[in-house]
Amino acid sequence: MSKRSSTASLKSPLGVARGLGSAKEGVGHWWYQRLTAIALAPLSILFVWLVLHLLNAEYDVVRATIAQPFIAVLLMCFMVSLFYHGQLGLQTIIEDYIHQRALELTLLILVKFSALLFSVASVLAIARIALTNS
Amino acid sequence: MAVEAQPKISNHAKRPLSPHLQVYKPQLTSMMSIMHRGTGVALCAGAVLIAFGLLALADGYESWTYFRAQCGTLIGKLVISAFLLALIYHWLNGLRHLGWDAGYGLDIKTTYTTGKLVAILFAVIGAALLYFGLRSTT
Repeated sequence: MSKRSSTASLKSPLGVARGLGSAKEGVGHWWYQRLTAIALAPLSILFVWLVLHLLNAEYDVVRATIAQPFIAVLLMCFMVSLFYHGQLGLQTIIEDYIHQRALELTLLILVKFSALLFSVASVLAIARIALTNS
Repeated sequence: MAVEAQPKISNHAKRPLSPHLQVYKPQLTSMMSIMHRGTGVALCAGAVLIAFGLLALADGYESWTYFRAQCGTLIGKLVISAFLLALIYHWLNGLRHLGWDAGYGLDIKTTYTTGKLVAILFAVIGAALLYFGLRSTT
């Protein structure tokens, strides 16, 4: 009981542990992986359609197509969901197979930073196409 | 009955940790699971290439022409084909995963049925997409 009273919270240890787990984020990782998967299901169909549609298109046509607000917004959503979903998946694989802590941490940081970098770059690229198209 | 020698403590640390593929007998279910991971990693690499494509398009005509030329090479076509095939597989098997998450199709029999369904659909859609894609890029 003395250990219990040393913690400031009145929550029981079970109450603290429940829904948080060792990673301190509970089912967050699981939930966002599913959430982005649900978003990516229709968005990736749009992307494949876009690729097939623009396969032999000229530069101006490709730009004009992506510059359409509806497509630009959905393509931004696709790229952000794609990188978010991808980094969650890579995190799971790294945590499963890399048993050397230093390497594991290095790879995780690399994956997380790359995902953010490339999603911001993609959004900027689409925004530039959408806003500067004439 | 022969009494087996107790394993040394030092062997404990050498035991394979989670997804210990090297001691698994290949089954449809486990192979499809590892393929889901494999295609996932491939799609991450592809996502980076898509980002570069968008940056090239945003940068201007010359950058885009260079990117398009790279896509048109044999390696470019192979990469794009591999990406599309990985996407189709991951998409179909991902639906299977979402079904499991919702509590459907978790028994062994249904797992094999949906697994075979994914394999068949993957072959059909993959072949159709490649045929259409390769035919239209002459």
